[in-house]
Amino acid sequence: MSNVTAISDLEAKEAARKTPRPSAWTDHPLAQLTWVRFLEFIREPEALFWVFIFPILLAAGLGIAFRNRPADVLKIAAITPQLAQSLRQEKLLDVSQLPTGAAEEALRTGKVALLAAPGPGGSVVYKYDDTNPEGRTARMLADRAVQRAAGRADPVTSTDQLMREPGSRYIDFLIPGLLGMNLMGSAIWGMGFAIVDARRKKLMKRLVATPMPRHYFLLSFVLSRLVLLVVEVGVVLGFGAVAFGVPIRGSILDLVLLCVLASMSFSALGLLLASRARTIEAVSGLMNSVMMPMWIVSGVFFSAQRFPDFAQPVIKALPLTAAIDALRLNMLQGASLRQVASQMGVLGLWLVVCFALALKLFRWR
Amino acid sequence: MAAALEVHNLRKAYRDVVAVDGLDLRVRLGECFGLLGPNGAGKTTTIEICEGLIAADSGEVEMLGMRWESDAGGLRQRLGIQLQDTQLSEKLTVFETVRLFRSFYHAGPSAAEAIALVQLEEKQKARVGTLSGGQKQRLAMACALVGDPDFLFLDEPTTGLDPQARRQLWDLIEEFKLAGRTILLTTHYMDEAERLCDRVAIMDHGKIIALGTPRELIASIGVEHVVEFSAGVASRALAVSALHEIEGVRDVKAENGSVQLQVTELHRAVPALLAELDRQGLPLTELRTHSASLEDVFVTLTGRRLRDE
Repeated sequence: MSNVTAISDLEAKEAARKTPRPSAWTDHPLAQLTWVRFLEFIREPEALFWVFIFPILLAAGLGIAFRNRPADVLKIAAITPQLAQSLRQEKLLDVSQLPTGAAEEALRTGKVALLAAPGPGGSVVYKYDDTNPEGRTARMLADRAVQRAAGRADPVTSTDQLMREPGSRYIDFLIPGLLGMNLMGSAIWGMGFAIVDARRKKLMKRLVATPMPRHYFLLSFVLSRLVLLVVEVGVVLGFGAVAFGVPIRGSILDLVLLCVLASMSFSALGLLLASRARTIEAVSGLMNSVMMPMWIVSGVFFSAQRFPDFAQPVIKALPLTAAIDALRLNMLQGASLRQVASQMGVLGLWLVVCFALALKLFRWR
Repeated sequence: MAAALEVHNLRKAYRDVVAVDGLDLRVRLGECFGLLGPNGAGKTTTIEICEGLIAADSGEVEMLGMRWESDAGGLRQRLGIQLQDTQLSEKLTVFETVRLFRSFYHAGPSAAEAIALVQLEEKQKARVGTLSGGQKQRLAMACALVGDPDFLFLDEPTTGLDPQARRQLWDLIEEFKLAGRTILLTTHYMDEAERLCDRVAIMDHGKIIALGTPRELIASIGVEHVVEFSAGVASRALAVSALHEIEGVRDVKAENGSVQLQVTELHRAVPALLAELDRQGLPLTELRTHSASLEDVFVTLTGRRLRDE
């Protein structure tokens, strides 16, 4: 081929490149990058399990284990019919009248928590194990019943208000915690593994060799995260609402915003953790060492307040603590965004600092 | 001739090694240029600097009249790149992969057309993880072609492939040549370079030690044929010095009981060799001849074989 034609060919092609091509938005590089990210995720069965099934199993298991039961009725034994009659006035006691020998046997084998026997001079003797909470409770209930039957009047009248409505049970506390933990886990794992895998396989290098704008590559992770977020949050909250009636007292829109903000912060943290690592082992170690402490101290399963006061400022500055606190305030106390401003500030700070650092450190090859 | 790529005094050192040591290179528009050399010669570093993937310590690179410092975006649109051992995502299908790469370029064939170019139509819906080595390499080629590049970089395109897959890939590369694209190819297979390249540069220790058409380079060592043979028995060794006296023998190398003669005229040298062995009373146990190749050029220039490292 002669030079002249070669150059005019190039010019013609160059002109074609400059004329904008009509194409669907689905062919936009960002849409394509996000789409393949999404495909890669849903074609990974393990990831599906950890993100969608695991939190449900965990919530179901813990919800059942810690479900609120009506106060137990305690079994006790009485030796005489008079005593048994007095004791039956107490509804929380299940009284059996037994001969002495059988009653002693029942107490020893734990079939009854307490044995009430007549003592000298019209007194009553209670036999029970005081290291057993059931025994101590039975002692109080039995004595109250005996004293009342003998004519004692309570000088102060009291009424009970029972706290069994949704919003104050353990499962209500747990669901926002699991939601926060899930947001953190999926964002950090999602970012970390995918980025390091692309780097390890030199796929990232190959993409950088195309005209793809680099920030699209990072942005596609964030966008695919948002798509999956809808499902993740929906699964956990839907399960909580349907299976246990966990309430969402705050505005749903606020809750969505909080989830998005939390997910972005965790994604930025994941990006930072994955910014240098060349192997999956290295990034796994990093991710676990960052997430493990937060699982423990940030109040997923029990209140972060249980840790000593001097540790509280540090614990409160952790992104998972901020996320879970904000989610609980919204869901359980109906707090507005203004009321969770400090938690949002913490999340925002993590987002900005981690993202800026990650961009500075990121290894593209 | 217009230059598609002009490299001047390129240098790149890693912590303890100088990978590219003052390299000059000029690739003409529309030619297929081969960069040859053993592993570690600096081929990949050179090509990756030209591709804008790593920065040189010093030196200049100008491609298609543009430079990385000022026209990176425009340049990327016009390059097709196939990297050594890139693993494309195994969970995506062939079509999804090519479509993704297509989205980065302003112009070029559609994803389906690019797949047809590399004859992977039947595998369009197959996951990348299920492809054979040759198919994966062809997919990589499709990804390099979706932007309708003017300049194609192929870094060791057939390394690790079986002979049939290599031949298929060669046919493909020959088609690109016919389409008028400029190609820069690295390889350590000399037969590949001889078959595909219009001109080759042989690299060693970060420098170009020879440059020309494969024919010129082979001619430059003044040898047309190589005769390899083994002769003699353990008790009586061959008198190697006598071989130098045979007409047309340029060089004699003896190693591990086998002798290599570089000769100009095969039809004179072989009968003379047989006569000499006969005179010494030694039986011939093995005899091979081949036309001088780029491999012989490399051996002559460096005293080493290409694939020893």
